[in-house]
Amino acid sequence: MSPPTSTGPAATPTGSKLTRVLGSLSLAFLAIFLLFGLMLSPPEVSQREAVRLFYIHVPSAVIALYLAFGLTAVGSVVYLRKRSTFWDLLAWSAAEIGVLFCAFTLVTGMLWGRPTWGVFWKWDPRLTSTAISFVLFIGYLAVRQLDLTPEARSSRAAVLGIIGFLNTIVVRFSVSWWQSLHQGTTLNPVDTQMDGLHLLSFFLGFATLALVFSWLLVHRFRVAWLAHQAGEAGLDRALAERRAEATGRTV
Amino acid sequence: MFLGKSLAVAAELLVLEALLGAGALLLYGAPLGHPFLLMVVVVAATASIAAAGTLYSALASGSRVRDTLVPVLVLPALAPALLGATLATEAALFGPPSDGWPWAGLLGAFAVLYFGAGMLSFGLMLEET
Repeated sequence: MSPPTSTGPAATPTGSKLTRVLGSLSLAFLAIFLLFGLMLSPPEVSQREAVRLFYIHVPSAVIALYLAFGLTAVGSVVYLRKRSTFWDLLAWSAAEIGVLFCAFTLVTGMLWGRPTWGVFWKWDPRLTSTAISFVLFIGYLAVRQLDLTPEARSSRAAVLGIIGFLNTIVVRFSVSWWQSLHQGTTLNPVDTQMDGLHLLSFFLGFATLALVFSWLLVHRFRVAWLAHQAGEAGLDRALAERRAEATGRTV
Repeated sequence: MFLGKSLAVAAELLVLEALLGAGALLLYGAPLGHPFLLMVVVVAATASIAAAGTLYSALASGSRVRDTLVPVLVLPALAPALLGATLATEAALFGPPSDGWPWAGLLGAFAVLYFGAGMLSFGLMLEET
């Protein structure tokens, strides 16, 4: 990271000791994970090389759908109860990184689907519910950009964040039910028992993506926090200018 | 206020459903397999759509882009309700009703969720515009 060269908000870095530790850990874990995931773990019996996608696909799905969107729901509840800017911005940041991870899940899932199922996309319960959650939280991000007052934006987004997470659960439940009522089989891409190296690579993938998630989240949160501060400072300045203008006119 | 608005939407939807239902019965000779299940599904699905629609349009109210935003928000949110209503109606008309009741239950739960969320948050969303 380059040192700040000028003063003012543009030069304020979003890094801190925590992000540097998280970033270094992410890089270290990424290197170990690549070593295990791509080189040391052998191809799987039925999936062959495609099994390597499993190490990143499943962790990113769990992190996006439950960790990130769950965090958005928790942040939204706390915001609505306490009106805390911290939780509001945390909910926003988690939703944004969650949408990113959700997109990553969908893309890796499609890349995995091609060699294992023969098609990129299937209207399978898991795929359908993940795609719907993705669209729901894009809706959340759209509400965050509405042309309303910041307070109105935050409370509406908070309501949507909570409903979005509940809806994610209902959607998941309804589509798996829909499939089980009609076909009686659930597609489980990994139906084989995992051996030691596969399992280790999977856990390494999980740890790496969780670290990357936290690292991105802290940075995104700090960007949101600085933007909030800058917005408030701008508002104060504008108010002061208006007041000066008004007093100047009356005096 | 939320209740009033969503009941108004529900009433409009029910009139539309009655017209379309009568049309389907007369023109296509659709069988009325299990009228009671069909009634339950119609009421629960209408309540779900009305409650979710009212809640999401409140979310976007006062904004210039509400006409574009509301369908984007509502369609994915309504996916489970639409899925359930379609399959439950199919069961009520042609299939064994035991296939339809779980879906009617899901629709009921969906309607309760959205009515609850709407009544709790409606004032909150509109007070700060």
